[in-house]
Amino acid sequence: MRSESDSRRLSTTRPAWALLRRAVSLLFVHGFLLAGAVFMLLPFVWMLVTSIKPPEEIFTAQLRLWPKQFYGLENYRFALTSAPLLRFALNGVFICACILAVQLLVAIPCGYALAKLRFPGRQALFVLTLLALAIPVQVPALPLYIALADLGLLNTYFSMMVPFFLSVFAIFLLRQFFKGFPDDIIHAARLDGMSEFEIVWRIVTPSAWPAIAAFAVFSIVAHWNDLYWPLIVISDAKLAPPPLGMMFFSDAETGSNYGALTAAATILTAPLVVAFLFARRHFIAGITMTGVK
Amino acid sequence: MSSLAIPAPGVRRQAFGGRQALIEKITGMGFCLPATTLLLLTSLVPLCVLVVMSFTDYELGALDIKSVGLANFGKAMSDPMFRRSLWNTLLYVAIVLPGSVCLGLLVAVLVHQRKRTRSFYEIIYFLPVTSTLIAMATVWQFLLHPRLGPINAFLQLIGSRQYAFLSEPSLALPTLAVIGMWQLIGFNMVLFLAGLSAIPRDIYEAAEVDGCSGSIDRFLTITWPLLGPTTMFVIVTTSITAFKIFDTVAVMTRGGPMGSSEVLLYAIYLEGFQYFHTAYAAALTVIFLVFILVFSVIQTFVLDRRTHY
Repeated sequence: MRSESDSRRLSTTRPAWALLRRAVSLLFVHGFLLAGAVFMLLPFVWMLVTSIKPPEEIFTAQLRLWPKQFYGLENYRFALTSAPLLRFALNGVFICACILAVQLLVAIPCGYALAKLRFPGRQALFVLTLLALAIPVQVPALPLYIALADLGLLNTYFSMMVPFFLSVFAIFLLRQFFKGFPDDIIHAARLDGMSEFEIVWRIVTPSAWPAIAAFAVFSIVAHWNDLYWPLIVISDAKLAPPPLGMMFFSDAETGSNYGALTAAATILTAPLVVAFLFARRHFIAGITMTGVK
Repeated sequence: MSSLAIPAPGVRRQAFGGRQALIEKITGMGFCLPATTLLLLTSLVPLCVLVVMSFTDYELGALDIKSVGLANFGKAMSDPMFRRSLWNTLLYVAIVLPGSVCLGLLVAVLVHQRKRTRSFYEIIYFLPVTSTLIAMATVWQFLLHPRLGPINAFLQLIGSRQYAFLSEPSLALPTLAVIGMWQLIGFNMVLFLAGLSAIPRDIYEAAEVDGCSGSIDRFLTITWPLLGPTTMFVIVTTSITAFKIFDTVAVMTRGGPMGSSEVLLYAIYLEGFQYFHTAYAAALTVIFLVFILVFSVIQTFVLDRRTHY
């Protein structure tokens, strides 16, 4: 846009003046964007360099970026041996996978039914879905906690996952997607003698792959990073997902061993950041699709 | 069955209708059964229980429960901790909202014009959105450390006085707000970029023919009005996200120093799950929900307008 209009102006006004103008404006734009980029990257860069610094260099608090002595192995080894960081990460993978699987198993048939089938209560269910869309997990947290305590289910993987098994957002999203699926194909499949069950899983679901991928990213990012609910139901460090594990670890380290703390932070942040760098489009679509984190 | 497919569609539907309608009814309800059950058990019933509980004196493990009417809400109104946490939450939203929306918009407009460097900036600004906030909060804590942190080392270098960002009551909440903005700018930028790419290019060309050529002119007469619906959407979602601030408080300040960073969700967490004043926490949760619902109603309204746009 800018380059087009500027090049047009180049031919009409004095070229030197236009070139200067363009150079100055580019300088300002990139100067601003780079300053912002430094602010965005600062914690990541400092996390990485601190995780390979020896304690002496951390405690002298110099503004030196690169360590004089490479201490990365020691910091990472200390972090990995004094806290079960890999266990936290595996807990995160397990919880995210189970939650996503159940969310899809529940939401896909429901979304299909709301989009394509006529049955009593359809309208009411859709309205309730919209209502539930506005309720964050912090609202049912108290009654759910009491129920789980009564059932003796606190401190289990199940208790960490159960409030998220139903994603009204997934139902809403898939319903919108399935609405656009051609009715003719469904009719043809019925005439071929396919059951509704087969239609959902073998015909309609494969077509919804983009929506499912975007939702998967959204769900995984949300539950990998969630702290509030695990903090409430989990006190056993062995079951902790990454954020809670990080909290246990920094409490235990009393916040002074920054080499090990940043090493731990690097290990627990890395999976999502690496995934983001590899699947940037999916991530941006998945997270912004919702508008709400 | 296949012979039925040959006649006109109307005939087929008649012959087929009754049985098909019945199948649809049964499978429809069957397909929704798991979702409905979960919706009731994990969302709607707990919501009702919560509201009922907020009118009682229930505490976890108590055997007899009696109704206390609006006493919990009255207590909240006069509870200095609750009033402080509500005020702090609103203050936090008041800082994060304009900051992250304006900067997100500015960055989006500048990045949108870039061709070769666009994805470079997009990746960097979006990075904080995907990172685990709790882990990054620990890093921020170190960055802001009064003695060891590079930020204070930098301030010393340029001859400024140093700050204990997280332990000075007047600085704690604004510092958390800056971290909140750090996480939200990239998110808002991407929403704005989506809005910007929806603006047709020929509008700009037409405007240039009409003599509107400066970039600020262009922004004010075309970009800003056409981005209106996106902006409304971003404002509402940012408000909701900022209103739910919890993670950074729980890790970095725990409400301190001297209650200067107590926020609503943290107060609910302490009352409900640390002190076990269950009924009181339920009342606070109801108040929290009212705020969220107000935001959500605006959001549905805005979303509606956005889709008609």
